[in-house]
Amino acid sequence: MTQLRRPDECGVPDPMQYMHPVLKKNYGKWKYHDRPRPGVLHHVALSGDEVWTVKAGTQRQMDIFTIRKLADIADQFAEGFIRFTVRSNVEFMVSSAAKVQPLLDKLAAEGFPVGGTGNSVTMISHTQGWLHCDIPGTDASGVVKSLMDDLHAEFIREEMPNRVKITTSCCEINCGGQGDIAINIQHTKPPIINHDLVAGTCERPAVVSRCPVAAIRPALVNGKPSLEVDEKKCVCCGACFPPCPPMQINDPVHTKIAIWVGGKHSSTRSKPMLHKLVAAGIPNNPPRWPEASAIVRNILRAYKEDARAWERMGEWVERIGWPRFFELTGLPFTKYHVDDWRGSRGSLNASAQVRI
Amino acid sequence: MPRKMPETPLLDQLESGPWPSFVSGLKRLAQAEDKPYADYMKSLLGQLEHSYQTRKGYWKGGTVGVFGYGAGIIPRFSEVADKFPESSEFHTIRIMPAPGMHYTTELLRQMCDIWERHGSGLVAFHGQSGDIMFQGCTTEKVQPAWDEFNALGFDMGGAGAGVRTSVSCVGAARCEQSCYDEARAMRSVLNNFLDDIHRPSLPYKMKFKFAGCANDCANATQRADFAVIGTWKGDMQVDQAEVVNFVNKVGRKGMIDQVIRLCPTNALSLNDDDTLDVDNKSCVRCMHCLNVMTKALTPGTERGICILAGGKRTLKIGDLLGTVIVPFMKMESDEDYEALVDLCQRMLDFFAENALEHERLGEMIDRIGLVAFLEGLELDLDPNMVSHPRTNPYVRMDGWDEEVKKWQARKADAAE
Repeated sequence: MTQLRRPDECGVPDPMQYMHPVLKKNYGKWKYHDRPRPGVLHHVALSGDEVWTVKAGTQRQMDIFTIRKLADIADQFAEGFIRFTVRSNVEFMVSSAAKVQPLLDKLAAEGFPVGGTGNSVTMISHTQGWLHCDIPGTDASGVVKSLMDDLHAEFIREEMPNRVKITTSCCEINCGGQGDIAINIQHTKPPIINHDLVAGTCERPAVVSRCPVAAIRPALVNGKPSLEVDEKKCVCCGACFPPCPPMQINDPVHTKIAIWVGGKHSSTRSKPMLHKLVAAGIPNNPPRWPEASAIVRNILRAYKEDARAWERMGEWVERIGWPRFFELTGLPFTKYHVDDWRGSRGSLNASAQVRI
Repeated sequence: MPRKMPETPLLDQLESGPWPSFVSGLKRLAQAEDKPYADYMKSLLGQLEHSYQTRKGYWKGGTVGVFGYGAGIIPRFSEVADKFPESSEFHTIRIMPAPGMHYTTELLRQMCDIWERHGSGLVAFHGQSGDIMFQGCTTEKVQPAWDEFNALGFDMGGAGAGVRTSVSCVGAARCEQSCYDEARAMRSVLNNFLDDIHRPSLPYKMKFKFAGCANDCANATQRADFAVIGTWKGDMQVDQAEVVNFVNKVGRKGMIDQVIRLCPTNALSLNDDDTLDVDNKSCVRCMHCLNVMTKALTPGTERGICILAGGKRTLKIGDLLGTVIVPFMKMESDEDYEALVDLCQRMLDFFAENALEHERLGEMIDRIGLVAFLEGLELDLDPNMVSHPRTNPYVRMDGWDEEVKKWQARKADAAE
């Protein structure tokens, strides 16, 4: 038997060795930036050095032919360096303004949309979905591809009131995080339990403790140790499914999509916000999810028409109020919009301030 | 006999449209008949189409690893391997990139070559935690692929109940708003916890993220248990000549609508000569005016970080945003960076000892109270940590005089 190689526990590598030389030289010494056009950033260092960055969208799940093509483009047009943003956009840096247009032309020719800067709709944060996750209610890559096709015009322009960050999540755990718009799976029926498999597959106390509403208890079913769900308590969140796959939560019909708005991480102007439910019961409809896309585009239309300069989605709604939001979007307001989870009283209107 | 391309009528509909298509990429791999992954990826396409047809996922976890580490491989075994046997094992290898996600083309090509030899040819730049996700590898090929990535100078990312791979914004490499060296902070912290990344034994996952300013381009506030966010002490820097230029460009109404009245604490006022009056004592370093007037306004010179703890996603008590546990910590000297690592170590030790099984940091703080957490970490209390003081009287307060003495002693220390 061959000797197994011990890992070199080298940790997070030093970025300097992979960094564009102008960035490296001026590290921590930048003066200002502007945006000559959508998709292009221009940074000026205290030293007077300048760098132009061209940002383009990718499919994130990339085949090595695509990655090599990006490397070819960087070698021919962008001085041999690439970086990626946290939203899977690719950035090429060049040290002279003259190199920007040929790079833009090449990216256009190769089908990479240039944009995602300033007040645009940038790339959707992307989870794994049916391609690789073990608990997904939907796909991620297909949802993102469909939405970005539909929102392409807003990616390549900077015509929104402020930047728009959209997220997707393939289950209610919300791996996509907070977004101006979040497109998330919402299960609507309790799990269907295969009692023959529970005892052999699941650590039952761990599953019981995982339930956020204490709806799961141990039970003997058909003479076998298993688990049962109090369906009156169950909120259909699917938290039991990862530790206990025989508690199947995903369903081709009853697994739906819900849309949330107004989340943001930044502390800019307003404090960070969590996104709020606006629409649910939307069919999980591959390959292009047209119903979800239509609602997203409708919300974006209302925001674009009505928000003031620099208002993020959540800030816009805070100003105009929820009655006006539901009026402008035409979305129905139901009993499911009223929170009853812990701390929910803080989401009620404790005032005589009404919009009528 | 090579496998035939599967029929994929639903996935085929994702090849049209202006956005780059991952389906076209999967097909390129499946049709690279001279490559070892061609049949593997035909089979994978077949399973994905099956998911699209039936609206269900068909992967289950398992146990796959590399010699010496207890995490970092995401095992995936197919539940429909009878229909799609070649891709019955489709594991992911998580690799930590450099902070800021910088690459030379040479490095990207080396990574592609390794993945061409051992894997599926499919890579995600990057996963939600910040890893390069090399997606699609058989159990047998995991070790040789890892050996080559590791020899290239790259290490395995986190998974399971351990410290996870981290993310920073582009930061000091290309942003005038960067308030500290994000890459240095990230490497100092993460590389101190390599054992907790590679051999997870915490109550639950622990995520650090590093953003250079309050714009939080690293999405740290909600997505990290421990969010390090750049800020400054003292006055912001104002170039009044550039302020006047800005007002000339957008007009007084533009200046008032886009800058003055959007200040969340009304700390800005426009002078009669079109220069800017800044009430720095009221400024909360939110970044709005600096974002709009990039030439005129810059963070102050005494720079450092604000730390927010407890952000997380929905499971189990709902999404939480991080809250302030350190309002300001200078981040300039070697000692400052060492102090950050030391604080992270104390936080991780406290979490390891006090969190319940499968409890995130924010949930633990929610359960034990912020004050107990601060005392455990020996952090000083600060009014910046609350939106407002408590509103109900149901608390035992017979330690009041001692607490007042502590506060006064701290104030006296600070005044020296």
